[in-house]
Amino acid sequence: MSSPFAAVALAITRGFLRDRTALFFAIVFPLMFLVLFGGILTDRGQPQVEMITVGDIAIFEQLPPGAKAAFDDAFDVRPLGDLDAAIAEVRDGDADVAVVMEGRELVAHYTQTDQVKAAMTQGALAAFVNGANLAAAGAPPVVELRIEAVEDDSLETIQFVTPGLLGWAVAMSAAFGAAANLQGWRQSKLLRRLQLAPVAPGTIVGARVVVTVLISLAQMAIFLGLATGAFGLQLSGWWWLGIPLLVAGTLSFMALGLLSGALAKTQEGAVNMANFLVLPMAFLSGSFFPLDGAPQWLQMVSQALPLRHLNDAMLDVLVRGQGPEAIWIPLAILLGFAVVVTALAARLFRWDGE
Amino acid sequence: MTAIEVRDLVKRYGELAAVDGVSFDVAKGEFFGILGPNGAGKTTALEMIEGLRQPDSGSIRLLGEPVWPRNAALLPKMGVQLQTSAFFERLTAREQIRTFAALYGVAERAADAWLERVGLTEKAATRTEQLSGGQAQRLAIACALVHEPEVVFLDEPTASLDPQARRNLWDLLSGINDSGRTVVLTTHYMDEAEALCDRVAIMDRGQILKLDSPSGLVRDLEAPVRITVAPGGVSLGEAAEIAGVDHAVEDETGLVLSTRHPAGVLTELAERGGLDGLQVKAATLEDVFLDITGREYRA
Repeated sequence: MSSPFAAVALAITRGFLRDRTALFFAIVFPLMFLVLFGGILTDRGQPQVEMITVGDIAIFEQLPPGAKAAFDDAFDVRPLGDLDAAIAEVRDGDADVAVVMEGRELVAHYTQTDQVKAAMTQGALAAFVNGANLAAAGAPPVVELRIEAVEDDSLETIQFVTPGLLGWAVAMSAAFGAAANLQGWRQSKLLRRLQLAPVAPGTIVGARVVVTVLISLAQMAIFLGLATGAFGLQLSGWWWLGIPLLVAGTLSFMALGLLSGALAKTQEGAVNMANFLVLPMAFLSGSFFPLDGAPQWLQMVSQALPLRHLNDAMLDVLVRGQGPEAIWIPLAILLGFAVVVTALAARLFRWDGE
Repeated sequence: MTAIEVRDLVKRYGELAAVDGVSFDVAKGEFFGILGPNGAGKTTALEMIEGLRQPDSGSIRLLGEPVWPRNAALLPKMGVQLQTSAFFERLTAREQIRTFAALYGVAERAADAWLERVGLTEKAATRTEQLSGGQAQRLAIACALVHEPEVVFLDEPTASLDPQARRNLWDLLSGINDSGRTVVLTTHYMDEAEALCDRVAIMDRGQILKLDSPSGLVRDLEAPVRITVAPGGVSLGEAAEIAGVDHAVEDETGLVLSTRHPAGVLTELAERGGLDGLQVKAATLEDVFLDITGREYRA
């Protein structure tokens, strides 16, 4: 004999795990996006230019160490003995440029087919030639360029998409689950039946909340596991602060689901309404692409959405390495949203759908 | 001993009085039926007695205690089967009844025993969505009884079942008050009320029109017996002349005679060799309903 709480929690969990549609939308569907964004559209940096060298090219070999590194980044070099063969390869698209020293001239044979690479090739070679000339003249450079990468502000694609897609996945399953449950249980009169069982309403609601939170945490484990394991996501040391954030987010999305369930007349209607709320919210909250380019008013609108706050805070703690100071305000906003919307749903709820 | 005491119960929805001044008592151990067509107010009345709805006026005492507001002390003593199959989604029959058992603090063994008693042991591993209508109702009744309540409420347990499944369910239902349990059942089937109930309240348009045992209701009616014989034996004119025949009509099935003295009429018919295809029908609750409402009973 198990406690009423455990029995209801187990019943809800079984109901969820046996619902293939719910499982698909909670786990598989968002993971498809993760694979799409993280695996296929992954950011590999600038494309290298394939260069064929014919004979010795002294200036490339005499580059100072800094310039040598930049050169290696930009060009994938392989030597070939015959200039005609090298030009033929460029013409066939097997290489981007063939270079040869003709006396004091560096001659580059390139193709205009790929204009970006053509421009890169011209600019880079001109820069190296000028640098070599300056070095040969022995004059000190008037201006020097120093390049510093700003860590973590320009995130790799996977770093950026994982928190947002996780937020969307959690929003979907929490909102749909709450909406479908409330409407389904009302229609089948299970809510009425439970009202007549000697169990406090808090026990039933608590079981539903605990199961939903556990589902969210399972989604988080699957998402972060796959993203770190397969797509090279680098989690910051504060990543675990994402757990309280996700719990608070789950509560606010459940509240949205309850509101849909209270407003709609049928189970299908409730799920559709939850969908109608969650999908635009995911777009406006930057789950799929950053909002930096969005107009100011849209950014303002997005501040009213719980997912926006969850996404921003998750990005801060999962990958940007920000600590506890980054989560207090989002936590308060998410919990406040949950309280207000749940109260609204409770006011609108009617026992009888007819 | 009185199990349920209902006084002047009223529930209005806008202009419509769904329940309009209903009073009755149900004795402990009694099988009590509320009979009436759809929309008569049966379910509304039952849900008020269960404590699910607040009456506009009137009083209800269940086992001596008020049912509204939600009375936690009463809940373990009552079992309910609601009109629709109120189950958790995607659970098997066994998981379903074990979950309900846990809500009442009842051991899994008792849950399995009830599954056996309603004949669903073979379906224990079947999801409730895949059960037939009759099996789902059996499970719902088992879920209502798993904690051995003193009072059971069954809201149209045989609605939408085929005749065979209804009869099977009657066998189950007729035994559930054997151990002194009080049963309140709503139905729109006359034959069901006649077969199962100790007393029947006939309800229409929110009011109880009559309340008695099924046989008492029919007896009070003093309704004529209907005798039907095949056509060709006795002519319509001849039949109408027989002493004791109140009314004679001929239709495609044969000659239909109404009488309050069936013995004499049957003897006369026998003497004239007109008993081929004989059928004798006593009045039923349908005739009672027709008598008291002036309209044909339509479930």
